[in-house]
Amino acid sequence: MSDEILLKVTIDNITVEVPAGTTILQAARKIGGDVTPPAMCYYSKLQGSGGKCRTCLVEVSKGSEKDPRPMPKLVASCRTTVMDGMEVKNITSPRVLEARAGVVEFLLLNHPLDCPICDQAGECHLQDLSYEHGKQGSRYEFQKRTFKKVDLGDYIQLHMTRCILCYRCVFTADQLSPKREHGVLDRGDHAQIATFIQKNLHNEFIGNVIDVCPVGALTDKTFRFKNRVWFTKPVNAHRHCDKCCGEVQLWLRGDEVFRVTARKDEWGEIKEASNGKTGWICNECRFEKKNLADWIIEGPTNVNRHSVISQNKYVGLVKPTETFPKIMKGRNPKLLMDIHSVSEVNKPNIHLSQLERPAHSTDFNQ
Amino acid sequence: MGVKLLLAKAHVEGIKNYDVYRREGGYQSVEKALKTMTPEAVVEEVKKSGLRGRGGAGFPTGMKWSFIAKPEGVPRHLVCNADESEPGTFKDRYLMEHIPHLLIEGLIVSSYALGSNDTYIYIRGEYAWIVDILEKAIAEAHQNGWLGKNILGSGFDCNIHVQRGAGAYICGEETALLESLEGKRGNPRIKPPFPAVKGLWERPTVVNNVESLAAVVPIINMGGEEYAKIGVGRSTGTKLISACGNINKPGVYEIDMTISVEEFIYSDEYCGGIKNGKRLKACIPGGSSVPILPANLLLKTAKGETRYMNYESLSDGGFATGSMMGSGGFIVLDEDQCIVKHTYTLARFYRHESCGQCSPCREGTGWMEKLLLRLDKGEGKMSDIDLLWEIQSKIEGNTICPLGDAAAWPVAAAIRHFRDEFEWHVLHPHEAQVRNFGLAHYADPLQVPAGA
Repeated sequence: MSDEILLKVTIDNITVEVPAGTTILQAARKIGGDVTPPAMCYYSKLQGSGGKCRTCLVEVSKGSEKDPRPMPKLVASCRTTVMDGMEVKNITSPRVLEARAGVVEFLLLNHPLDCPICDQAGECHLQDLSYEHGKQGSRYEFQKRTFKKVDLGDYIQLHMTRCILCYRCVFTADQLSPKREHGVLDRGDHAQIATFIQKNLHNEFIGNVIDVCPVGALTDKTFRFKNRVWFTKPVNAHRHCDKCCGEVQLWLRGDEVFRVTARKDEWGEIKEASNGKTGWICNECRFEKKNLADWIIEGPTNVNRHSVISQNKYVGLVKPTETFPKIMKGRNPKLLMDIHSVSEVNKPNIHLSQLERPAHSTDFNQ
Repeated sequence: MGVKLLLAKAHVEGIKNYDVYRREGGYQSVEKALKTMTPEAVVEEVKKSGLRGRGGAGFPTGMKWSFIAKPEGVPRHLVCNADESEPGTFKDRYLMEHIPHLLIEGLIVSSYALGSNDTYIYIRGEYAWIVDILEKAIAEAHQNGWLGKNILGSGFDCNIHVQRGAGAYICGEETALLESLEGKRGNPRIKPPFPAVKGLWERPTVVNNVESLAAVVPIINMGGEEYAKIGVGRSTGTKLISACGNINKPGVYEIDMTISVEEFIYSDEYCGGIKNGKRLKACIPGGSSVPILPANLLLKTAKGETRYMNYESLSDGGFATGSMMGSGGFIVLDEDQCIVKHTYTLARFYRHESCGQCSPCREGTGWMEKLLLRLDKGEGKMSDIDLLWEIQSKIEGNTICPLGDAAAWPVAAAIRHFRDEFEWHVLHPHEAQVRNFGLAHYADPLQVPAGA
């Protein structure tokens, strides 16, 4: 793997040495920080991914030491390999920033922007991208294209309207499962991820498509609408699994396991597991093991402090000693605000919390 | 009368059939190449001829051939791009319909030059009947020993396979074509690697247009240097132009690239002038994706020189005041045509044909179509014109394949040259629905020549 020959590449005036065959994006990730172009479709763990979303466009102002001519067009940094002496401009090039703002506008054109009801909100790459590189508003004044929601079996829900067609899930299914059952149908702005004839996705590792999806197009049905991600607390955990590495991240609230995902690195990609392979996890670990007793907790996950997920990690959380029945003088209402103690309009002798169904006027007129 | 190389025998009765074609001197180039020349010599001859790719980009064919990688033990392929789907271009259709054997002959010689034992013709799905014509021609060539094993005792084997596309403009892009030929979804590949290194099934591949491959026949017959004497400058040989629109004689013409645009439109030998004695407003000289030119810039360049029908002259002035030779789809618009509607029609086509792989093209083409429709219906705003300009500039050059550019250029050129017509549509929304903007100061400042 490691060649002795290292190539020098300068990105935004920072020089870094990388082995031959490295892409500009990987070299920039080595430097880190703002110099790294954003990537919506590229996924280093998936072969063949990248080049599609065009958010990682950079300007090559000097091709190489041998051939110093600049490249005429902006290039996709995720698919362009470095040459010795290459000079790349990312955030120092106004051309790049403008093109990137354009790409963000294009990506958001048909995106529903339903973040308030989207499960991905808080860990959505498109949200991050538009905050960091987008403009304040859209100039699009037409109806957005929409799709019906599609059920892909017991675990996965496809909400195609949110999809940005990064093809990551297609590559994942291609490379992790023996037979891919979904792909891209149609073309242009009506292209969609689909199973052609509606059917369930069955493969043991298919749950990983949820992890690679940069937006809320593929969501975990066992977690949908259960909680916002920033209310849950991620901890690293593992269990013995004969199908996968068993190293996961649990998303807890109290002692309840709300969600299980693979562990991710700082670029939002799945980390390497301790056995050196990519830490894809199987469906059983992801969807079936929602009991804290199934897992051995290693400790809290390091969350970037800029992430909204890190905002809610109460240090030294103390649970209240008083319980509801104690405060409510022995009653345990479903409604926190006990309407009976405030209002005499309803009959106080009828307890709403004891009704089997929503209250109805007939309940009060007995 | 200009020189005719490709269509010289197109009107001979029964030229479709092998016997007539052979009697008229067909397959001589195969004999010459396989018996007296090495493959390298054929490539050298094509290089000398200065033949430029006839598919649109105009890249020198000989150069393209010399780039092909030749790793040991890996088969190489030649693929003929017959996915002619550019609106306004129908020259390959004419060639394949009328003299299919010319293409087969060119393919055999080119396959020999490139060492391709399995050569493919990727033909657009809509040309369903041409598949039969080609397959008949291939069968005839087989029967007469021009295809198969050990052709003419040279030890060279070659088979030609015809593959139909399923009706996608994007599959005319060479890497999308290869994907489609492999049986996958026709999404353009990200280059590099180029097809010359990793093409069809990861093998070195050359993709050439039908007309380029047919032109190899006269090049071998007459010699590259002789071929290069036809034409002017770096535009050598003859070019097929498919003329359509508001002209008296639409059709496919072979020109030797020395005539002026004015002559081409107005002379009786070619288009025969504008229909019904109307005046010329604008023209797209090279297929729908090249920039449209108003009449004054079409007949004369910005420097006031006469514009000729060749690669250099048509692109004189860059995109600011020039256009491109493109694939030779010559679309003429008379004074009654509405540029806004016309641009909308093109935008609709590109929206429909975008593969949806990369975001600027996928989302941008749809946006442009919606804006143009609104402008055309008289519901547009002044800011929409600037917005269109913005969108096209964000698409151009930022996409994987040239379809993004092809979608952006027509819109850019229409706004560049016909902005007042767009503004008129915004300012006079009701009038724009009942009458055309007509000619403006930019159109046809010349006297209508005699004979029109």
